[in-house]
Amino acid sequence: MKMLINVAETVVADALRGMAAAHPELTVDVDNRVIVRRDAPVPGRVGLVSGGGSGHEPLHGGFVGPGMLSAACPGEVFTSPVPDQMLRAAAAVNSGAGVLFIVKNYTGDVLNFDMAAELAEDEGIQVAKVLVNDDVAVTDSLYTAGRRGTGATLFVEKIAGAAAEEAAPLERVQALARQVNENSRSFGVALSACTTPAKGSPTFDLPPGELELGVGIHGEPGRERRAMMTSHEIADFSVNAILEDLNPRNPVLLLVNGMGATPLLELYGFHAEVTRVLTERGVPVARTLVGNYVTSLDMAGASVTLCQVDEELLRLWDAPVKTPALRWGV
Amino acid sequence: MLDAEFFRRWMTATAASVDREAERLTALDSPIGDADHGSNLQRGFTAVVTALEKEAPDTPGAVLTLAGRRLISTVGGASGPLYGTLLRRTGKALGDAAEVTEEQFTDALRAGVDAVMALGGAAPGDKTMIDALVPAVDALAESFGAAKTAAEEGAVATTPLQARKGRASYLGERSIGHQDPGATSSSLLIGALMEARDE
Repeated sequence: MKMLINVAETVVADALRGMAAAHPELTVDVDNRVIVRRDAPVPGRVGLVSGGGSGHEPLHGGFVGPGMLSAACPGEVFTSPVPDQMLRAAAAVNSGAGVLFIVKNYTGDVLNFDMAAELAEDEGIQVAKVLVNDDVAVTDSLYTAGRRGTGATLFVEKIAGAAAEEAAPLERVQALARQVNENSRSFGVALSACTTPAKGSPTFDLPPGELELGVGIHGEPGRERRAMMTSHEIADFSVNAILEDLNPRNPVLLLVNGMGATPLLELYGFHAEVTRVLTERGVPVARTLVGNYVTSLDMAGASVTLCQVDEELLRLWDAPVKTPALRWGV
Repeated sequence: MLDAEFFRRWMTATAASVDREAERLTALDSPIGDADHGSNLQRGFTAVVTALEKEAPDTPGAVLTLAGRRLISTVGGASGPLYGTLLRRTGKALGDAAEVTEEQFTDALRAGVDAVMALGGAAPGDKTMIDALVPAVDALAESFGAAKTAAEEGAVATTPLQARKGRASYLGERSIGHQDPGATSSSLLIGALMEARDE
């Protein structure tokens, strides 16, 4: 496997150096692995901290900036960051109005953010938390670590970020974040496994004629394997899996997300099929994003995320945002 | 009696063992996890050894507490908090004594394992590190060798189980037939006790 890297041990640090050079509007602490918006802490504003394993770019570092995250903590590839990073980030963005941790439901992320929250409280920083768990592919949460947090993370970060920018208090920002999560569902498919730099070969075996249904955003395989399907069939399967669980009466935000190695040509074609199914099922789409937002290194495939919105959530979604990977209204 | 030097050797031996087995741990983590267990633990225990060389704490409790703190700060993922808590809580349970008996160590390790179960919410049979650690603690009263064997057997016995915790749980029935990487690395930690004594 050929990769545009130096050595596996430094891929995250190297990427952060590049990010620092490309985005002078951010403060990138390469040694301690924390990305902070340059004007933090913003007086009177709740700080928003998220983070998770690297390899999902632009999540989360690409979403740091006015109107979205105050700081992001990138871990090793597909590995949760450590509490020290989160504590440092919380301290850097805390203006006294408190900090919201946005945590994807993976055991490592949950445990490390819990430890960081304790440490932050010890230092007098008020911390609230929201857990993102939108992945309908995890069917029986009784026998698993619970639903994974995937594409909805972007919706939570954007809408909570807009609320924080408007000086909403911590409890309100947290409540909105929870509302977004509760109204969001995702489903992902993989056409190929990804290759982590540390391992250097695909993380699981996926024969050319087959696909994985219900994958998460890491190298882990999905729930079910089938013979390769058309974009039309994959859209039917994915959207129906979501609508079995979420029955939207309001319009939805739609994210058609690439896993890293699927070209926009395919993603737009897939998006056409997804909107076809939504139209057939009578679900109106309020806003759409198509592209690579929550990736899995070089995995081929895509995920669909829907978020049912009311007027308030839609207004906050439309509010100005200025980050490396999401930018409008400014 | 076990002194601080013994516990330092235990950590060094674990680091060496994790180094040797890193590729195997990562390979076990590929089909049911995300293929990084070996490299993550390697980074953590290397940091532990470096910290112990720099600080050289003079009680068993302080050695393990420092090791646990370093793991939490360097490993990430679920393994960081879980292994970190195991060693930190074992260390705390040992208190300030300059030397501890094997019985005291067994009791302390049991407290550490209980803390891991509380943190991760896993019970025996969930296909996690607990499946190696619980039988190891039970056998520790007999001897280090018995504990090593019990941990190894516990790790192997995870193969037919269906994972209920951690990332492997998302595979449902497809997690069956793979040995748990966390139980395997736990058996390395317990096995290193023998080496610490032999030196």
